[in-house]
Amino acid sequence: MNVLATQINKEESIPTFSQGVKDCVPTLIGYVSIGIAMGIVGASSNLSILEVALLSILVYAGAAQFIICALLVAGSPFSVIVFTTFIVNLRHFLLSMTLAPHFTKYSLMKNIGFGTLLTDESFGVAANKIAKRETISDRWMNGLNLTAYTFWILSCTLGAVFGKWISNPEVLGLDFSLTAMFLALLVLQLESMEKSKLKFYLSLIVYVILSMLVLCMFVPSYIAILLSTIIVATIGTVKDK
Amino acid sequence: MSLDISILLIILGGAIVTFLPRVIPFMVIRNIGLPKIVIKWLSFIPICIFAALIVDSFIIQDETSLLSIDWRVLTAIIPTLIIALWTKSLSITVIVGVISMATVRFLF
Repeated sequence: MNVLATQINKEESIPTFSQGVKDCVPTLIGYVSIGIAMGIVGASSNLSILEVALLSILVYAGAAQFIICALLVAGSPFSVIVFTTFIVNLRHFLLSMTLAPHFTKYSLMKNIGFGTLLTDESFGVAANKIAKRETISDRWMNGLNLTAYTFWILSCTLGAVFGKWISNPEVLGLDFSLTAMFLALLVLQLESMEKSKLKFYLSLIVYVILSMLVLCMFVPSYIAILLSTIIVATIGTVKDK
Repeated sequence: MSLDISILLIILGGAIVTFLPRVIPFMVIRNIGLPKIVIKWLSFIPICIFAALIVDSFIIQDETSLLSIDWRVLTAIIPTLIIALWTKSLSITVIVGVISMATVRFLF
């Protein structure tokens, strides 16, 4: 009886695919509103519905998709568009590096799957679960990733289809859902830290803000995000005794 | 339904350079143990990147000035942050955030 009970407990503690789907829900407002906006921008950049759909299926990165559209309109050459996309998405390298150590027990193919569908949002949800010292599993991660991926493709395509009839989605404040989510994720990260270190982490946040403000005067913001993160994580490592 | 071949090539190129940085750490870290100092460095990444993405949302980069601040976004951040601290809930924060932003845009 006891053995059975522990076994059941053990099984319950490994999060399932549907738990991953459920944990994705708070991020969906962001995906849907940004996705629809992306589809509208794509359509107005003279991309066909099929091209917008392919863009979201194959590139699957919000900021990069917007920038690709902008560069297409500007008539930039292939090399410039691809290189800019590379730089804009380079921060995924940091996100992947942060999550990967928690998935080493799974097969190479599964790991490639986790990486392929990694986004700021899915990273946020996973990092938050790890910070709360909850177990993460392959099925949970796939549930989270596939839900986000499906909603992103559908929203982008929908935006491209109805692009001409939907007025500016910014008016509703939906574009702010991403910022709101990052605010909540930041608070949840701080919440999971040792109380004695709170002041130290708050000082790091101040460094990030200062570094972003200064760097944004000289480089595009996607480079500032990358550099600020690298610089302040290094400051944190050096100063944390 | 049209598909321009040069656009298809750009999409494929963009897909490859997006795929690689996402996947390489997952492929490599399975086989090598990371040094302690790197693990420590990585532990700071979530907080730094969230903070940087938040700052990015209220910065406007244009040609006319070095840097300007989107005060409406910054205003909407205040009630959203309070709700995040109070509820510690992702969904409630997102909903309150969207309402705050819509309200600020409606008023100003």
